[in-house]
Amino acid sequence: MKLKHKGKDFCMFALPGIFCFIAVVIIPFLYGAYLTLTDWNGVSNVKNFVGLKNFAGVMKDKQFWTSLLLTFKYVIVVVVLVNVLAFAIAWLLTRGMKGQNFFRAGFFTPNLIGGIVLGYIWQFVFSRVFVSIGEATGWKIFEVSWLSDPGKAFAALVLVSVWQLSGYMILIYVAGFMGLSEDVMEAAEIDGASGFVKLKNIIMPLMMSSVTICLFLTLSRAFMVYDVNLSLTAGAPYGTTEMAAMHVYEKAFTSRQFGVGQAEALILFVIVACISGLQVYLTKKQEVEA
Amino acid sequence: MKQTTVGGNKRKAANFLAMLGLIIIFVAYMFPFLMVVINSLKQKRDIIKSPFSWLFTIKGLSFDNFVKAFNQMDFLNAFKNSLIVTVSSTVLVTLLAAMLAYYIVRNNNVISKIMFALMVASMIIPFQAIMIPLVSIYGGTLNILNHRATLIFMHTGFSMAMSVFMFHGFIKGNVPIALEEAAYIDGCTNSQTFFKIVLPLLKPIISTMVILNSLAFWNDFLLPSLVLTDKKLLTLPLSTYSFYGTYSADYGTIMAGLLLCVIPILILYIVLQKQIIGGVVAGAVK
Repeated sequence: MKLKHKGKDFCMFALPGIFCFIAVVIIPFLYGAYLTLTDWNGVSNVKNFVGLKNFAGVMKDKQFWTSLLLTFKYVIVVVVLVNVLAFAIAWLLTRGMKGQNFFRAGFFTPNLIGGIVLGYIWQFVFSRVFVSIGEATGWKIFEVSWLSDPGKAFAALVLVSVWQLSGYMILIYVAGFMGLSEDVMEAAEIDGASGFVKLKNIIMPLMMSSVTICLFLTLSRAFMVYDVNLSLTAGAPYGTTEMAAMHVYEKAFTSRQFGVGQAEALILFVIVACISGLQVYLTKKQEVEA
Repeated sequence: MKQTTVGGNKRKAANFLAMLGLIIIFVAYMFPFLMVVINSLKQKRDIIKSPFSWLFTIKGLSFDNFVKAFNQMDFLNAFKNSLIVTVSSTVLVTLLAAMLAYYIVRNNNVISKIMFALMVASMIIPFQAIMIPLVSIYGGTLNILNHRATLIFMHTGFSMAMSVFMFHGFIKGNVPIALEEAAYIDGCTNSQTFFKIVLPLLKPIISTMVILNSLAFWNDFLLPSLVLTDKKLLTLPLSTYSFYGTYSADYGTIMAGLLLCVIPILILYIVLQKQIIGGVVAGAVK
């Protein structure tokens, strides 16, 4: 870029983009921090400064802590299952068999469809198809809809999330497996490394960069689950499957406690940022060069 | 991994088992979609009787459900809304992000550094941490919710950081400054150089970003649900949501409606499969 018209260049190239970004991300973020210190209800013109009262409100909001705890449980189960499953499927897919591209594309399909539609599809599967299997076979597990029992509704949510997210992670793990050097694998085989030893000592360390990406993506997505939560269970039965992101929404837009809702959103943000940061730091340390 | 000839039969058996396992998992993955397709053609009575049967139905198969869902969802209108929002936001963010990233790479000054650092740092902020103040600013103070343009503007702003980050990396690594210098010597202005020389070089990253962003915009639910409430403006995910709320007991119609939402993306996916998969992988790995 010629450095002749500095101001004009900035206005033409940088300003439109940075304006959108600041107007939509930065200003609301800062304003949000201010909102946590007021008692605004979303409608009235009056905003009173209440100091840290909202954070005290968060402390007292039992439902928030229940949903946060549930979210932790959900995140741990989903992250582990998604990554183990995707890793295994990617490994199967890269054994040099036919139809690899077809399978890979098929597994990815749920990622193209919005969470709302996916949730409704599964709602039908859980409430009608599984129940009908139960009626036909007499299997107790399918006798009543999973969505009407708290424990099973949670399992249903996990199942759908794993199904939805794993296709994406399969793509990344497949790319990782394809990048493994054949020389190294051959050398390991000649040295007589068994399947498990090869996996533990050769494949895993070389795959760590893929693991870092996949863990990061699944963590942040699982923590912020909303669409599928809304369309599959909507928190039912009796709010037992309400995740943190959904609780924040309810608090602000249904209960009209914007200050408390925003305080909870910020707490959630800090937790997610810390955990993701820690995860990237820890797994990056394990990465090696071939 | 390459197939080796070491241990021929054992290897073959293992491969067979792997293939078998893969097919079983794959069928399980596709099962929900299969259920939707089968039941979208049936009437409620048959669906309740058995969601699996296809041939032995009392009322037979028909496309009635599709006609009903198509009308009740106001499908064409919602499709049009989604298309306008997705295309405009994608074009806008791609262009603005490419220009901003280009500015940042070629002007190594304090403002560039601050802008870039701010954007990279902002990428960890989840949407939920912003949505409440967003609604209160744009709904309360400015009162400009319920316009498509507002949603397009917000989509653009939210995907700016990630897009700039991607363009930044690409321009730094793949656009030789010598080309631009040559253009200047030939008398090009800055904007001519950008649009005629630099932009065409960005094709690979543009296609990646277009795929990632347009998929995200097309399927987004939370942001549009906060911005648009006017029935005429609803995008597909929103109209699916309200349609489901009204007809949730009418299984056949619901299945047809869901299938209608899935079909357009599926057709696009079949045509552009290679590009979409390549784009998603490239987007994630960087």
